[in-house]
Amino acid sequence: MIGALVAGITGSGGASLSSYESIATATGTGSSNTITFSSIPSTFKHLQIRYIGRTDNSATSRNYYIRLNSDSGANYAYHRLYGDGSTTGAEGYASQTEAYCFSSMPGALAGTNTMGVAITDLLDYSSSTKNKTLRTFHAFDNNGSGNVNISSGLWINTAAVTSITIVMATGNWTTSSTFALYGIKEA
Amino acid sequence: MPAGATYEPLATTTLTGTQATIDFNSISGSYTDLVISLYAQNAAASTGTRTGLMKLNSDSGTNYSYTTINGNGTAAASTRASSQSGGIFYAELVRAGNGANMFGFARISLFNYAGSTNKTILSESSADINGSGFVTRIVGLWRSTSAITSISLIGGSEGFTAGTTATLYGIKAA
Repeated sequence: MIGALVAGITGSGGASLSSYESIATATGTGSSNTITFSSIPSTFKHLQIRYIGRTDNSATSRNYYIRLNSDSGANYAYHRLYGDGSTTGAEGYASQTEAYCFSSMPGALAGTNTMGVAITDLLDYSSSTKNKTLRTFHAFDNNGSGNVNISSGLWINTAAVTSITIVMATGNWTTSSTFALYGIKEA
Repeated sequence: MPAGATYEPLATTTLTGTQATIDFNSISGSYTDLVISLYAQNAAASTGTRTGLMKLNSDSGTNYSYTTINGNGTAAASTRASSQSGGIFYAELVRAGNGANMFGFARISLFNYAGSTNKTILSESSADINGSGFVTRIVGLWRSTSAITSISLIGGSEGFTAGTTATLYGIKAA
């Protein structure tokens, strides 16, 4: 039985309930490896992207990566902590042309209808004085294979983030891949 | 409730006594994702942690699997379980024997829960017992294309203690 709504949460504070807002959504086309959120307003404090994905490439899983403001220069670094069901590992890379998220999106050889999932957080994205750090919790389970990952990414640029591009490194995002960008306001 | 709320609390349960499960039923299909915030204690009188499992739509078939990474303060490890009937592992639950005021945290995300693909969930679990415990990240799979309409959080073999609280949120994309 669904419990009763807690009055203190619903309250009269409508503003508090709108502090987490949906900005935009995107869906894979099956013929493109790129998802772009552009013209991101600067009116929020933080951003979060929640997504499920799959590639049409003939593999069990593939990597994807993130770029900010369409910057393809060697202005990124990233780290990953991961477990694959039997072993753990950690890796890091500097002076890269994108922030990679490894091995967490299933491909055509994975179980039918099985999707990878991810949550990417970008705090203080419109700051003009801070380099930008991404945090991504991303994973897939394929009932006998799969991995769980915690990744960080650094964009060495103090510009406000106005666009985010999520690129499937091999193959295209399937039409079952969906992405949702949310903005989180400060008080 | 204001129209168009994006991150909406749907239900909250705070236990007043020991209870085997916390259940959310008749879940509306009108959101994109669900999130459960849980602050919980398992009722075992011994120390350590207990595995918390989650079932969806009361399914007791071998349709669950999960992969984990955890750290216990000295080492990292990764585990996997396939074709399970007991549910998806969502948290290490702190046992009451560690102290009456010791609780553990879990945040569970259920993505595209009303969609037509198999259901993948992520869980962040933190159980610190001042000298022991685990930090754990979990991916779970329910091999069903059905919409999730009910969630049952199992509190280990002893159940949850009083004071355990869980809130179910719906997140709606534009």
